[in-house]
Amino acid sequence: MKASEGIETSGRKPSRPPVVAPGHSPGSVTDQITAVVLDRAPRWWWVAFGISFALVMLLLRALTKLLFEGTGIWGLNIPVGWGFAIINFVWWIGIGHAGTLISAILLLARQEWRTSINRFAEAMTLFAVACAGIFPLIHVGRPWLAYWLLPYPNTMDLWPQFRSPLVWDVFAVSTYATVSLLFWYVGLIPDMATLRDRAEGKFAKVAYGFLSMGWRGSATHWHNYETAYLLLAGLATPLVVSVHTVVSFDFAVGQLPGWHATIFPPYFVAGAIFAGFAMVITLAIPLRAAFGLKDFITTRHLQNMGKILLATGLIVAYGYLVEIFMAWYSGNWYEQFMILNRIQGPYQKQWMALLLCNVLAPQLLWFRRVRSSPVLLFMVAMFVNVGMWLERFVIVVTSLHRDFLPSSWGMYSGTFWDWATFIGTIGLFLALLFLFIRFLPMISIFEMKTIVPKQVPNTAEEAPE
Amino acid sequence: MSTPPPSKGPFALMAEFRSSKELIRAIRQARGAGYTQLEAYTPYPIEEVWEELGHHRSWLPLIVLIGGIFGALFGSLLQYWVSVINYPMNVGGRPLNSWIAFIPVTFETTILFAAGAAVLGMFALNKLPMPYHPVFNVERFALASRGRYFLAIGRWDPQFDRRETAEFLHRLAPQEVSEVAS
Repeated sequence: MKASEGIETSGRKPSRPPVVAPGHSPGSVTDQITAVVLDRAPRWWWVAFGISFALVMLLLRALTKLLFEGTGIWGLNIPVGWGFAIINFVWWIGIGHAGTLISAILLLARQEWRTSINRFAEAMTLFAVACAGIFPLIHVGRPWLAYWLLPYPNTMDLWPQFRSPLVWDVFAVSTYATVSLLFWYVGLIPDMATLRDRAEGKFAKVAYGFLSMGWRGSATHWHNYETAYLLLAGLATPLVVSVHTVVSFDFAVGQLPGWHATIFPPYFVAGAIFAGFAMVITLAIPLRAAFGLKDFITTRHLQNMGKILLATGLIVAYGYLVEIFMAWYSGNWYEQFMILNRIQGPYQKQWMALLLCNVLAPQLLWFRRVRSSPVLLFMVAMFVNVGMWLERFVIVVTSLHRDFLPSSWGMYSGTFWDWATFIGTIGLFLALLFLFIRFLPMISIFEMKTIVPKQVPNTAEEAPE
Repeated sequence: MSTPPPSKGPFALMAEFRSSKELIRAIRQARGAGYTQLEAYTPYPIEEVWEELGHHRSWLPLIVLIGGIFGALFGSLLQYWVSVINYPMNVGGRPLNSWIAFIPVTFETTILFAAGAAVLGMFALNKLPMPYHPVFNVERFALASRGRYFLAIGRWDPQFDRRETAEFLHRLAPQEVSEVAS
């Protein structure tokens, strides 16, 4: 391994902050990351977990009410038959995309900086997909019959309609959830072996030992492991693109103005990555400060994520522009009405807020100072989180509320239970995330070790005697 | 390492090194001295170690390919059988075998089965889960997952001799040489 690799100190290029702060060795990386899990929980953790857990209770309350009384407790009505459930589903599944993108696509692109953030981005993916999965299930009306969507031999002799995007969605989302879980678990095995070897308590030793399945870190283990990991990355890359494409088909295959557009698949995928990176930034900035992990999640990571946010934000802005252009260019009366109604109609405020959040706010990221400032970057990311939710609101609601016939026009707004369910899933997401950072290493220990020798030559561990 | 034939004595002899360079040098010397039943343990993947041990290929890519092909066949045949043979449904006169509409599901089952094959194949090739293995009897082996590098010579190596092999390992300037109780 060349000592100079990865160190950028040459005078010609402007020096970039390192991926790992100098002075770390495999041992010190292990100690610092496992300490988060093996030390006692800080008091703020209990407070934060407590609040999220209270929100999980709110979710359960809202779901119980729904099971007893049905979807009438929501604001849905004809013509707006798709409301919060679909908005939240698309929002959450979009957030879930950053994890796999960081783990798989950036791995294949040999972006070493991904190593510090891939583990918790993957966890974030899983929890976001878990939150997303709730909505289609409860939205079918009789959630206890949701398994009818799966093809299985049954006494009714019925099968799903495979030409329907809603059935594609079942396959896409369940495959995505399964593969994300496998990818995440496989990534955790060597780190759980590390925790097994370092845990003090009997229960922790047995639990981590059980989960690490007897991992020994032999050369044979590592070789098969690396092969599997790379293949999984290669499989997850087209998968991540396919999932939001299929989600966009839910809209694009319909004939409704505002949904029926060929730009939808790429525009949805870019939007998903945009939303996902915004959420990764939202989580990474407080976590690195709270757990003192600034050595591993450095300014370099923030800058790079800021750049990705800007790039995907521009693609999303292009998507908005093409929608407007195509409405004009199509010469279609209903398409043109839909766009004008979006801009000037009763949901004008949401549309303007969407442009502010998703198009204007990310433009700040052109400035290096904004990308390097955790506070400003966090604020931009929060704008995007809100903006992407509004985008789905605008797509779902403004397209539906003005039906083809003025006699069937209507308005839509979420009820208390719509909001309770949505906020409840945010609580579920955060509660799962807090449990994760408490019990599993939130930064991949073994992958950090592979980049440490390159970043920091001649440490005590690596130096020959 | 493959399973040893039953005989008395330690399962293996194990030397501990402080850096990957020392480990790689030790592997070269051990192979040069004629030892064949070697295994190295490192805290993170080092491709060079695998190659120095004389291994070259893994069956895993083939397993994943087979998984993917099976998934593709499963997905497309399932949809064909359902939509054309078992439950034909005429929607607006469109063809029953509307294969273009079957692409998304076929794609997803392909990925699902290939990914499943990758994970299960990796477990099978690594013989995991394996709750007990003799190397865990060495107390310092816990450091293998932190920052130390270990080289083990199995007792089923034709050249293995409890005393001579230990002396040979000592000559490689390790931190420590230990016997792995079987």
